[in-house]
Amino acid sequence: MTSTAYATTRRVRGGLLTAFTWIVGLAFFFPVLWMVLTAFKQERDAYTDTPTFAFTPTLDQFRNVFDAGFWPYLGNSAFATAMSTLLVLVLAVPAAYALSIRPVEKTQDVLFFFISTKMLPVVAVIMPLYVVTQNLALLDNIWALVILYTAMNLPIAVWMLRSFMLEVPGEVLEAAQMDGCSTLRMFRAVLLPMLAPGIAATALICVIFAWNEFFFAVNLTAARAGTVPVFLVGFITSEGLYWAQLSAAATLAALPVVIAGWIAQKQLVRGLSMGAIK
Amino acid sequence: MAVITAARHVSRPKKVARREAWSRRAPLMPALVFAIVVTQLPFVMTLWYSLQSWNLVRPGSEHFVGFANYVDVFADSTFRSAAWHTILITGSCVVIAMLLGIGLALLLDRRFLGRSVVRTLLITPFLVMPVAGALLWKTTMFDPLFGIINFVLGPFGAGETDWVSSYPIASVVTALVWQWTPFMMLLVLAGLQSQGKDVLEAAQVDGASAWGTFVWVTLPHLRRYIELGVLLGAIYVVNTFDHIYMMTQGGPGTASTNLPFYIYQRAFLGFDVGQAAAMGVVVVVGTIIIATLALRTIFKSFDVREAR
Repeated sequence: MTSTAYATTRRVRGGLLTAFTWIVGLAFFFPVLWMVLTAFKQERDAYTDTPTFAFTPTLDQFRNVFDAGFWPYLGNSAFATAMSTLLVLVLAVPAAYALSIRPVEKTQDVLFFFISTKMLPVVAVIMPLYVVTQNLALLDNIWALVILYTAMNLPIAVWMLRSFMLEVPGEVLEAAQMDGCSTLRMFRAVLLPMLAPGIAATALICVIFAWNEFFFAVNLTAARAGTVPVFLVGFITSEGLYWAQLSAAATLAALPVVIAGWIAQKQLVRGLSMGAIK
Repeated sequence: MAVITAARHVSRPKKVARREAWSRRAPLMPALVFAIVVTQLPFVMTLWYSLQSWNLVRPGSEHFVGFANYVDVFADSTFRSAAWHTILITGSCVVIAMLLGIGLALLLDRRFLGRSVVRTLLITPFLVMPVAGALLWKTTMFDPLFGIINFVLGPFGAGETDWVSSYPIASVVTALVWQWTPFMMLLVLAGLQSQGKDVLEAAQVDGASAWGTFVWVTLPHLRRYIELGVLLGAIYVVNTFDHIYMMTQGGPGTASTNLPFYIYQRAFLGFDVGQAAAMGVVVVVGTIIIATLALRTIFKSFDVREAR
């Protein structure tokens, strides 16, 4: 085979592989695309034997979703997500510091403990949590979710932030110490700016998990403190009838985290592997 | 830095050393105490409840019964089938998602037009709220009359198959695989990209075929990433609740009831605190086995470096 012929076959194979990759990618994405398309349809266009791609888009379904009382649920989700993420950072940043830069004696044991709490199945603790929240009059109160989401994300945040802190070169910290910086000042002036991207990435991971959480929400909240997934449950009963409206609600529910995840894709792996994979 | 600290410990009196140790611990304490109170205390309560007979709708019914709940749980055939469904769903989801994930990662591990766009498309299923994803699969995808699946499979004789009622577990696993494949793909892709190009070139120079290179060079390198993905994935998928709740409600009958859903039913529809707690404890024991393996993998094969 001549070298040009070889190059041509390679290019053709490469092109085919690229086309195949695109097809697979689009196939995986299709359910999401279909959800978004259906959300812009009238109900009659949503029920067709042959999938319709040509239709007059409408915003009616989104209007219906908001009219059906979506706002309070959206507000609850936003509050539980933002507040728990903030709390996680307030607790996890100092903790990660005490496990990396100025470590306590039993660093490994503490790390082991944090991660093991993540592995406890939540179903095993739902009964006592229900009884306790009931006794504290926190049932159907958004703060119950804030506390639980904080506990849920804390181990991930500690591990992730620690992996970022270990990357801060030791010389920088020593230089700051030589200059007579106090610990707090060193933290604020030297560490925090260096860690800002890591903290942002950690926050995004926490947002993703808190926003999508369903088990605690469905068991501990109802009409008053219900979050977006709890709102979606209402569609199971009326399923079959309002696909377009259902798709609009699902689109609105999924949108914030999909966008957050797209922005944070580079850090996603690190968060999902608890900082084990860079 | 470590040397300096060690020297200080020796030269200074014990009291100072103790104060030093506490000043190191102080930043850790709030997080540690919070985690213990919110996650460990409820578990201790679960252990206690599991030894009680207690029905929430009958106030004052609470009394100590020892291990009677555990005996009941193991005698309960629904519990055993739920345990089997949990293993089936977790096992098949993790294995299929990992195989697909490896395939997708290999496709993405080359330069081509629009690579980052395709990557973005592929990670999206993992980001979509699981409740929304499950709802979509149940309706627009699996619906017997207007669903996409039957439209696509129509030419192959799918007809008007009602997937969710006829094959509840397979339907749930499909939706779960869709959600978890991106997770596996991302982990494997990170593994592929950490592989030294010189090793691959050396294998090529030695005349290894593409397949040979993959099996003998790439796969061993990927091993720890695959292990990590399988174990972390398993820990999450064992807890699957959203998909069962939204797609099948454990049905038809109990055909797709897994342990989290069954415990939920016993707790919130049966109000049987004692039995739900006992089942929870059994699930925890099962999870500890997987979790120990997972932790060992994370600690052994990944550089959880000793702090400075």
